[in-house]
Amino acid sequence: MGPLLPSSPHVHGYSSVAAVMQQVLFALVPGVAALLWCFGWGPLVNMAIAALVALATEAAMLAMRRRPVVSTLRDSSALVTALLLAIAIPPLSPWWITALGVAFAMVFGKHLYGGLGHNPFNPAMVGYVVLLISFPLEMTVWPRPYALDLGPLQTLSTIFGNLPPGLDGMTSATPLDMMKTQLGMMHTVEEIRTDPLFSTFSGTGWEWVNGGFLAGGLWLLYQRVIAWQIPAAMLGSLFALALLFFAVDPDTHPSPVFHIFSGAAMVGAFFIATDPVSASTTPRGRLIYGAGIGALTYIIRTWGGYPDGVAFAVLLMNMATPTIDYYTQPHVFGAPEDKSGEPE
Amino acid sequence: MDNPVHKLWKFPGGLPLEGHKSLSTGQSVIDSSLPSRLILPLQQHIGEPAEPVVKVGEKVLKGQLIARANGYVSVPVHASTSGMVSALTDLPVAHPSGLSAPCIVIEPDGEERWTERHPVPDYLDLDRGKLRNLIREAGIVGLGGAGFPTFIKLNPGPHRPIETLVLNGAECEPYITCDDMLMRERAEEVIAGVQIMQYMLGAQRCIVGIEDNKPEAYAAIRAAIEDPAIEVVQVPTRYPAGGEKQLIRVLTGQEVPSQGLPAAIGVVCQNVATAAAVYRAIVLGEPLVSRIVTVTGQAIRRPGNLQVPIGMPIDELLAEAGGTLENLDRLIMGGPMMGFALPTDAAPVVKTTNCILAATQAEVAPSPQAQPCIRCGACVEACPARLLPQQLYWHTRAKEFDKVQDYHLFDCIECGCCAYVCPSHIPLVQYYRYAKTEIWAQERDRQRADLARQRHEHRLERLQREKRERAERHRKKKAALAASTADEAQKKATIQAAVARAKAKREAAATQSTSVDTTLEDHPLPAKPDPQRVQPPTRARSAAKGKGV
Repeated sequence: MGPLLPSSPHVHGYSSVAAVMQQVLFALVPGVAALLWCFGWGPLVNMAIAALVALATEAAMLAMRRRPVVSTLRDSSALVTALLLAIAIPPLSPWWITALGVAFAMVFGKHLYGGLGHNPFNPAMVGYVVLLISFPLEMTVWPRPYALDLGPLQTLSTIFGNLPPGLDGMTSATPLDMMKTQLGMMHTVEEIRTDPLFSTFSGTGWEWVNGGFLAGGLWLLYQRVIAWQIPAAMLGSLFALALLFFAVDPDTHPSPVFHIFSGAAMVGAFFIATDPVSASTTPRGRLIYGAGIGALTYIIRTWGGYPDGVAFAVLLMNMATPTIDYYTQPHVFGAPEDKSGEPE
Repeated sequence: MDNPVHKLWKFPGGLPLEGHKSLSTGQSVIDSSLPSRLILPLQQHIGEPAEPVVKVGEKVLKGQLIARANGYVSVPVHASTSGMVSALTDLPVAHPSGLSAPCIVIEPDGEERWTERHPVPDYLDLDRGKLRNLIREAGIVGLGGAGFPTFIKLNPGPHRPIETLVLNGAECEPYITCDDMLMRERAEEVIAGVQIMQYMLGAQRCIVGIEDNKPEAYAAIRAAIEDPAIEVVQVPTRYPAGGEKQLIRVLTGQEVPSQGLPAAIGVVCQNVATAAAVYRAIVLGEPLVSRIVTVTGQAIRRPGNLQVPIGMPIDELLAEAGGTLENLDRLIMGGPMMGFALPTDAAPVVKTTNCILAATQAEVAPSPQAQPCIRCGACVEACPARLLPQQLYWHTRAKEFDKVQDYHLFDCIECGCCAYVCPSHIPLVQYYRYAKTEIWAQERDRQRADLARQRHEHRLERLQREKRERAERHRKKKAALAASTADEAQKKATIQAAVARAKAKREAAATQSTSVDTTLEDHPLPAKPDPQRVQPPTRARSAAKGKGV
């Protein structure tokens, strides 16, 4: 027994940050599999690039900040950021787009704020938004689903700059993008949805991708890695708003199902909005936070300048998090209800 | 007789924990042998330390008062066996700080001779105040661990009617089984104590709450109950169901007000061992001189429960249980969730010692290096006080102690659930204890500063008063002086007036006598002033006042 006695409790659970992060990575599998199935090998290459750049950047930043490098890298949080960003980047983007986005996310989104636990914004979304604003063209061109006929090596060489002939024919806008532009050209939703880019629920392929992330997210819920409030509130508010406008005018407003199965809705609800560091942390606050993201996503998709709005919605709600947390403190045990446990 | 199904409520948070209870319930409670010496700290309770009433060299009998209560929140200490007082000195006590505290040391003579006891089997003949006093004189404190004087809890005051007496037999901490064994083996003592306390409180009902991992204790208590006003209820095993506020919530659905006492909602909660001690104190006339202690853990040769005289050194108690094994990592007084690591095994068993846990490294693996908080909120879900542990931690780290209080730090019961579930392995409870200590220290400093400021203000006031008084004296003197100058002026005026009158008379006489030669009369000698004509001093003074000197 040394001079410094251990303090109670003397026993601990088996949870660890690394375990949490690895469960998140594992839960990405079905969604990523769907991505690969629909869009070829590109996302996998992007994920590899992103992981390498993230680990290297994190190691360099930790070394510069004189923090333990190896033990911190083991927490896998850099990998989570890297992969979440990688799957949001169009599959055949040049390698430097991924690398730049990830490096920016790690340096400016995470370490300049003090590293894991101290970043007010979701680092992956910081990286994504920087890319989206800086390279709008590259960031909005996706391959047509199931249209890409490139092997793994061809994909790799494409990403590193050797564009194969006829690539333009294989790419198009995303369903959300298409919907937005066509609606702008006074087409009705019904007309737009006759395009082969659309399918039963939402976009061809995209419904599978969203379904995959939904499955992974439900598993995370079951494992109690994430709380139900944020995904439920985000999808709920997105669905409710879409339903409201769809009910009023279905010709100019796509259905709520289309919305929650399009773009980054599912990955956003279960994997991005639930990033604990930048999300609200009180039970009631999480509902407000999630609902805010869902509402902002709908607003940006419908009236904003971008086809999808999850990234901006998350960042905007990140800003509101401290305030939300402050005003949604739970009633302390035994506190009178009317005082609502809020600080004076 | 079927127990009607008692409705149970849930408390927020909490954890399912592995009990490790069977380790120490294999054999019945055994009486420990007498140690070579007994160390009795003067403070084994919350409140003021007791005051020794024996001298070194004095012979004492078992149960004899050796230190009397000092003030209201205080209880006496009794000799746990007969023998001789060998020292009155500071010795290491069981406290996380490892500090020493004043103790009375008794060398047992091995005879176990009791002092005269005054049993009161017909306690219903005594009024409640007298019973309370007997409980106080028996030195009884809450034996569940807090050590608050029991007689105070049995005196909630006339304006607070108590409806429910909750008896705490939950024993939710892993490893500890002393209450379990007590209930199994001496259920009738517990129930007899309950009846005394119920009578004293005038409580209509009494609920004994036992966690459902103790079916034997539950059965024994149920069998011992004859009074329909006493009910025994099994509560789900979930740490910390044995916390006072948590158990009251589970059994009655009521929440004890934040920072308040159970009496505020008409409830008093007592531990089962305390009830048994009350029975022994009243009906047998025995003060609290021994208790059951669980000695357990993988690093003890013969884990079990022992009836131990208060004051027994822990090393001797461990020897009674076969001694510790090589793989001992940590000695903990209390359970693994809320107990504290003992800095020394020379410290004695005190009234609140329910368990000595000799833990191996496998049982209490040192937690890995703390990582940054990722605000995952696992602690929020685990917190039975519905706090936001992550925010408390954040603000404690930043030393924002006013914010910490905004987040209700003082509702934290230090149960350790948050630190248990924390994926970043942050020693959260340690942070909260630090914050509490800092806030208390600041409070003390503030009080001291307030006192200093008051003193300073008083001094300033005194100085000003003195200054005022000085000024007043000065002014009076000046006034007196002014009065005397006024007299002087009056005198002159009178003299001149007299001279003028004399002159006028002379002139009149001269004109009458038509005397030409008036040389001599022109220079008359100054006339003596007529004392009658001098103005009285009182008038001079009032004139001076009128001028407002």
